[in-house]
Formats: sequence, structure tokens, C-alpha cells
Amino acid sequence: MYPITTAHYIALSAALLLIGTVGVLTRRNIVIILMSIELILNAVNINLVAFSQALHNLDGQVFAIFVITDAVAEAAVGLGILIALFRNKETVEADEMDLLKW
Amino acid sequence: MLTPELTQAIFFYLFAAMVLGGGILTITRRNAVHSAMFLIVSLMGVAGLYLLQQAEFLFAVQIVLYIGGIMVLFLFVIMLVNLDQAAKEKQFNGQWAIALVCVVVVGVQVFWFLSKGDAAFKIAQPGILPAASALGNTEQLADVLFTEYLLPFEIASILLLVAVVGSVVMAKKRI
Repeated sequence: MYPITTAHYIALSAALLLIGTVGVLTRRNIVIILMSIELILNAVNINLVAFSQALHNLDGQVFAIFVITDAVAEAAVGLGILIALFRNKETVEADEMDLLKW
Repeated sequence: MLTPELTQAIFFYLFAAMVLGGGILTITRRNAVHSAMFLIVSLMGVAGLYLLQQAEFLFAVQIVLYIGGIMVLFLFVIMLVNLDQAAKEKQFNGQWAIALVCVVVVGVQVFWFLSKGDAAFKIAQPGILPAASALGNTEQLADVLFTEYLLPFEIASILLLVAVVGSVVMAKKRI
């Protein structure tokens, strides 16, 4: 169980990624789907920092900064889209937005 | 008695419990505000893991940007869109089969890989040891970010500008 190795961090990251995936695929509320995407991006960051530490190379941490930047941009645009959708359709449920469905 | 390895292990399992427990509660709560609160717990656990790995700058960025910035944005939007009615309806769509397939495939891959233990990570040679220098983590990170990664850094600032303008355009009633 200890000492803590890179494998521990990778296992934690994989578990968090799976939790986020289940959240994206099964929830109906779009706000919670966006939160699940944040969970997935955090799983990626844990991975990057763990390998950055294991290989004594800072490139992983720099990449984690770019991932966080993308997460901010994605959250801002996603929530803007959500507000525009809510104004037009009065709902935040993902499966009620089926205008393009056959 | 309380060796550094044991202390590190205790904190790792504490933060791991925060991350995973917060994540599971985030995707299962009925009320979106509760989900956001548990997501904050999960993000704080991730920040603690960064600190455990001597990534102090990312720790600060995680707290300031994620918990202070993104989560406030989420809570604002939850207050803006009226979720009282949504909380009474069905919370899950019928996609358990697809989700189960995805989780089983990825889970089997990852845990088969992990079953080989630490030997599975002997794939790359460690680089030069920046921790041996007298500079702190933030200083080293700035050195790399503003020399080697200067162009991606500037592109990221343009991306943020585009995202800000785009979200304002979409959320505005009339332009």
C-alpha cells in the first residue's frame, strides 16, 4: 500500500476519469454534465503532474497549466451556450434538446 | 515511527478519498448546488495532491482559478437558470448500457496495466533533475513557460480572449 508510487496516482486518475465519464453519459442536467467534464480534465492533470514528478521534467506541469486554461475557456463558452439555450427552450435537460433529431 | 513515506501515504489516501468521494457525490446529487459543493471538495483534493508532489504553483492555480473562478461561474449559472423544476424530474437518462461499456473497457485496460505494478512505468528515462537547483517550483515553471513555451502561452491568451468575447455574444439578449 505504501510508499506511494506513480502507479497510485495513475490509478486515482483512472478512477476519476471513469467517474467523470459516467457523469457525462448518464446525467440529464447540462450543468452537471459540464461539471463532469471538469472532473475528467482534473484526472488528466493528476496524470500529467504525476509523470512530471516521476521523470523530473517540468513540461508536464506546463502542459497542466494549458489544460487549466482550456478548462476555463470551455466552462465560459459552455455556460454561455447554456444560458442562450435556457432562454430559448426553458429547460436544462440534455435529452429535451432534440430539435435536430429525426 | 512516523516516517516521511508513511506521512505521504496518509495524506495521499486522505486526498484520494476527498477526490473520489467528492466526484461520486457530484454526479449523483439531485440538487445542482449540492453537486457544485461536492465538486469543490473534489477539486480541493486534487489541489492537495499537487502540493504532495511539490507542484506548488499548480496548487495555487487550482485553488484560485478552479475553486475561486470556475466554481463561482457555475454557481452563478445555477442561480440564473431556474433548476427547481429540474430537480423534481428524472435525474438520469437511459444510457446506463453505453456508460457501463465505456467504463468496463477503459477500466479493464487501465487496471490490467496497473496490475504490472511500478515496473510498468519504467518506460522513459528521467530527465535532468531541476529540483536539485536552488530555484523554487514557481521560478522553474516560469523559466520553462516563458522561454520554451512562449508561443503556446501567447496562443492561450488569444484563446481566452476569443472565449470571453464568444460567451458574452452568446449570453447576450441582443447584440
